[in-house]
Amino acid sequence: MGGGHRHGPGGALYLHGHSWVHRVPAHVKVVTLLLFVLVVVATPGTLRWTFLGYAFLLAIVARIAEVSLATILRRMSVEIPFLLFAVLMPFISTGPRVEVLWFSLSVRGLEAAFVILVKASLGVIASIILAATTSSHDLLLGLQRLRMPELIVQIASFMIRYAEVISGEMSRMSIARQSRCFEARGPRQWRVLGQSAGALFIRSYERGERVHLAMLSRGFQGRMPLVSNTAALPAQWWLALTLPLAAALVLLISWRAAR
Amino acid sequence: MHIPDGFIDVPVSIAAGAVAVAGVAICIRGARRNLDERIAPLAGLTAAFIFAVQMLNFPVAAGTSGHLLGGALAAILVGPYVGALAVTTVLVVQSLLFADGGLSALGLNVINMALVTALVGWLVFRALVRVLPRGRSSIMAAAAVAAFSSVPAAALAFTAEYAFGGTASFSFGQVLIAMTGVHVLIGIGEAVITGLTVGALLATRPDLVYGARGMMPRLELRSGVPVPVA
Repeated sequence: MGGGHRHGPGGALYLHGHSWVHRVPAHVKVVTLLLFVLVVVATPGTLRWTFLGYAFLLAIVARIAEVSLATILRRMSVEIPFLLFAVLMPFISTGPRVEVLWFSLSVRGLEAAFVILVKASLGVIASIILAATTSSHDLLLGLQRLRMPELIVQIASFMIRYAEVISGEMSRMSIARQSRCFEARGPRQWRVLGQSAGALFIRSYERGERVHLAMLSRGFQGRMPLVSNTAALPAQWWLALTLPLAAALVLLISWRAAR
Repeated sequence: MHIPDGFIDVPVSIAAGAVAVAGVAICIRGARRNLDERIAPLAGLTAAFIFAVQMLNFPVAAGTSGHLLGGALAAILVGPYVGALAVTTVLVVQSLLFADGGLSALGLNVINMALVTALVGWLVFRALVRVLPRGRSSIMAAAAVAAFSSVPAAALAFTAEYAFGGTASFSFGQVLIAMTGVHVLIGIGEAVITGLTVGALLATRPDLVYGARGMMPRLELRSGVPVPVA
């Protein structure tokens, strides 16, 4: 809806580095991220200062991971479609209203929009740190370790490998259209774009068939030999789990203080 | 729309995760039945195609543009099971590598955008193809209607999740009307684009459209006056 993905898929968001966060195995990071966002989501909206604590924790992790604030802010643009949704909330929610400038806004809507935006942003920032410190190959190994169905891991590995090829094919087709003076201005041009999408599917599917034949000729029998030598040390587990544990501690303290 | 973390509360998100796991398990079993070991490369390339085609912008008017969601299209092109798996994979990768869609909301997003769109799109498509006369235009029309109905269906799934675990301050009725209304509009775009894409495919490689297998008129060999060879 609306936004779409501007960034090229193949490059993903990985930033090469050697920080401690980079070296933690991917499955540990995914579990850590999941636990952290669950704590964030479970936080009652009334405990507003708690979110500042979470943001502080994420800032520390970003600092250790050597992910700059500029990078995080730039990549937070994926949130924009949702931002528009949240902005509407104070306008059409019911309940007591306040006058802000020349708008009449619902107090309940304002509070809910604030909480939702803060929680979504914390989740996005935590995911950005994961993506920036985990290469797609490591992530696939991590998912395999987390017992993600093998088929999904295989599909994902093909998708990640060929997303850049297919996108490249698409942009070459776009250049070809432009060189024939095509300009997409409105629904009148949809027929051409639909034909391009169809042609892109044919090329993708035929490439899939060629890849499959090439794999068969190399002895493929339905299983991919993903090298998975990614056992995590207990120390790595404990250090990584410090983040959700600290978040839970922040939640507990502010909950006790609020009572 | 990808649901971010915190929009739906924890219990409903976890329940949705369990439902999504069950749904994906069913899709894996179904997909293995009709694709055997070809499934990984073909579904992977379909996922890459869906990922790319979501970046193809369709201009609407006055600088705004939309893009394809692709759940129904994937179901029609490669079958409901493989299609749902491809879109699920796109969502997993988007959540983990692009921070698009919260990890705690992954189950919700998989239900709405992969399982519901593929299932509804496929059922509507098959029902229409059975009723309509054979031919390319009926398949195109069936694809368009299927794509159209898949979008509000996803919006309805979203509304149901919101009713159980929503944290925003909209009332249920407001969400229902707003989501369904907006998505009917989005669905029109999805319908036209899906119909055109399927039509373009039927014209060149009808054998690649899973949903149209055996539905296209047979090629007939016409014998006539032989062309004199010089």
